[in-house]
Amino acid sequence: MTRREWLRLAALGGTATAALPGGGRRGHGAALFGQGTGQPAAPAPARASPSAPPGAGDKLYDPSVVQERGVATSGDNDPAIKELERRLKCTCGCNLDIYTCRTTDFTCTYSPALHREVLALRGEGKSADGVLAAFTAKYGEQILMAPRPAGFNLAGYLVPGVLITLAGATLAAVLVRRSRRIAALSAASEGGSSALAADPAGQERLRRALADVED
Amino acid sequence: MTLLGQFCLWLALFAALWGAGVAFLGRWQDRPDLARSATQSSYGVCAALLVAALCLWKGLLSHDFNIEYVAQYTARNLPTSYVLAAFWAGQKGSLLFWATILSIFGVAAQAMTSRRHEGLLPYVAGVTNVVVAFFVITMIFSASPFERLSFTPEDGRGLNPQLQNPGMTIHPPMLYLGYISITIPFAFAMAALLSRRLDTGWIHAIRKWTLLSWLFLSCGITLGMWWAYVELGWGGYWSWDPVENASLLPWLTMSAFLHSVMIQEKRGMLKRWNVGLIVASFLLSIFGTFITRSGVIASVHSFTQSSVGYFFLGFLVLAAAAAFALLYSRWPLLEPEARLESMASREAAFLFNNLALVGIAFSVLWGTLFPILSEAVQGTKITVGPPFFNRVNIPLGLLLVALTGIGPLIAWRKASPANLRRQFLVPAAAGLLVATVLLALRIRDSYAVAAWALAGFVAGTVGQEFWRGARARHRMHGEPPLLALGRLISRNRRRYGGYIVHLGVITYVCAFAGMAFKVTREVTLAPGESVEMRSPFGHTYRFTHLGVSQYPELNRFVSAASLEVRKDGVSRGRIKSEKRQHRDSFGRNTFEPSTEVGIRSDLREDLYVVYAGSVEGTDRATYAITLNPLVLWVWIGAGILIAGGLVTMWPGGPLIRERRGVGGASEAQAGYEAPLVGAGLGE
Repeated sequence: MTRREWLRLAALGGTATAALPGGGRRGHGAALFGQGTGQPAAPAPARASPSAPPGAGDKLYDPSVVQERGVATSGDNDPAIKELERRLKCTCGCNLDIYTCRTTDFTCTYSPALHREVLALRGEGKSADGVLAAFTAKYGEQILMAPRPAGFNLAGYLVPGVLITLAGATLAAVLVRRSRRIAALSAASEGGSSALAADPAGQERLRRALADVED
Repeated sequence: MTLLGQFCLWLALFAALWGAGVAFLGRWQDRPDLARSATQSSYGVCAALLVAALCLWKGLLSHDFNIEYVAQYTARNLPTSYVLAAFWAGQKGSLLFWATILSIFGVAAQAMTSRRHEGLLPYVAGVTNVVVAFFVITMIFSASPFERLSFTPEDGRGLNPQLQNPGMTIHPPMLYLGYISITIPFAFAMAALLSRRLDTGWIHAIRKWTLLSWLFLSCGITLGMWWAYVELGWGGYWSWDPVENASLLPWLTMSAFLHSVMIQEKRGMLKRWNVGLIVASFLLSIFGTFITRSGVIASVHSFTQSSVGYFFLGFLVLAAAAAFALLYSRWPLLEPEARLESMASREAAFLFNNLALVGIAFSVLWGTLFPILSEAVQGTKITVGPPFFNRVNIPLGLLLVALTGIGPLIAWRKASPANLRRQFLVPAAAGLLVATVLLALRIRDSYAVAAWALAGFVAGTVGQEFWRGARARHRMHGEPPLLALGRLISRNRRRYGGYIVHLGVITYVCAFAGMAFKVTREVTLAPGESVEMRSPFGHTYRFTHLGVSQYPELNRFVSAASLEVRKDGVSRGRIKSEKRQHRDSFGRNTFEPSTEVGIRSDLREDLYVVYAGSVEGTDRATYAITLNPLVLWVWIGAGILIAGGLVTMWPGGPLIRERRGVGGASEAQAGYEAPLVGAGLGE
């Protein structure tokens, strides 16, 4: 492998980055020696300016290593918004829903933007279904965390249940039929065992019945 | 080192191909010398792969960054434990790990299998050698861990920060061990089919292997859940990701096998089904590997897309075709020796249990593959995520829990109504009691109530079994209750170990149900500011932001945000969440900043704090705080399940003592030495 190939591979995120959430996603660009190359790992005090006004917070010694976040709002904690965002997929490639991604991967720039989009649509007075429809129209069916139960998608929901029910019903029917036969045979053998023993034709019937059960 | 490593790979390949060739030829031509050579080749393959593995470890530990794999996954300042773990962190190293461990298992199978099954061993060596050869071919022609760079970087890229977690040093190997060890039962099944020795001998030969494999998978899956929970920061441990699903699939089919094999041992039934389950488990383990490594399905866990996927797909198709063709050709030899007689029998309960397990496996596989199917049929890309899997699988899971309680209560062959009444009374009462209490507490989540009520029912079943067994011993032998319980378990390890496993499973189920009540809140706090949250158990937590500290540590620069926690007004100490910027040995940043979750666990709930970031570069911090009920019980459940598995497979016991002439036949382990031919009718 050449230097060029190695650097390109590393810049693309490489295997290890792609092996993880947050790794190898579009927009994250985990470069080989990315982010402030040459930055020293110097000892740092907890705060650089201990006399900042109350409420505003003091500047961090090295803010570049901490993600920038806005102040959490009531919209961020709205149960209806959370529920809605759990039904929509983040487009960063993480496979997570918007809510989980924006509260998990703080390097993702997609989920906060999608969250703002959800808030805006709700702000316009759209219902939950309206928001889902708007997202589907804009991003396609893939934006939904679970396909709509319509058309071919119904097969996705129904096939496992139908197959398992059919298999279970068949199994139950076979077992019931077999247990009834055995019950009938045992009743017959209790009632007429002596007669059967004396009658070769009866013995032949019993042999055939037993063979039938065995099959 | 790389030359030696590469040479050893070639050596292993030739030895494996030779072993496979002479194994089948030797048995076919009835030549013991060739069969012996096949068995011995397993040792040669293992030795060559061990040397190759040592070569890679030597490269990793000596920081030979001219080796592409070493440069890709390690750095000079990476702690040694993670340097060692980097062996399986990447695609290429993990393939070598897989092949090496499989060759060790192959040798262990040859060395540890009873001489009674000697006739199967050449075929076992042949099949394991074929699988090893496949992995070595994949490495040699597509993903060699010994590939060199045309230059030497001054430092490596380092291990992804999220892999720098103690869980990652043990979770992947455990999962791999589970996947890999399935090959041995599969090899025995193929050996039995090839040699036409289809009595229960091969089942006995693989009993411990299947349990071992199932235990490794259980450990691996749970460790993966734990790693996801403590490392990824989303407050959960299972997200129905395709790679997670892929690990669950063989676990489900192995669980089904562990139940249905009892029917074969007891009654000589379900022979075809059991072979099918072993074949399916093996194929699903390869399928899981294919998903992880091919990139065919989007997953957060998968390795990068590579040509390795084609190798796995080809192998999967060939292995499936060969195995099912062989099974079909031996179909008449797998006639059952008895028939199911009644719906009200343990055999029927086990069958329905198998149906549920395989049904869940099918629905998980169906959901995992449905996006591909949908795109092929409709031309539309869709996503199948947790809402789909929960909707389809939770009812099936509840059915399975119910069957877990029902199975042990029903007699073999046929249970009478009186017997059923006597057996079901206590467990059903326990389940109803739990449901009543939960409804009285105004818990309205129907799935959670059903899960806990069914867990009560299963606990009632298991408790009743232990109680009756111990009481019987107490009455018969005058043993004190605890001694009676201990002896009951030690003399019937398989049965009571299985019950302990059931207790572990319901502990998991109860913990999973708790997630329905988790509470999450995002807050932004300046130092000294507080927020209050009410937990599902009614406690009030007050979190006060103490500030953000920044300091260098090992191979990273840490920004730690701290909260003081008060529970119902009483101080509970501090909880800290970190942002970590990893740096190489030259102080340069590597990777994006990662997050370390702050967790405080107790039996009721976890406080789960994530430092999301800061406002305008100040120590005003935004947190995601989650109160997660019952999470600790997931890990406790895993401990119970593993303990039960170990009890079940622990060597020694009455069976061995009996063989050595100590103890009587009456003390034989339940279900292990039951007569098999014409089983059931004479019992």
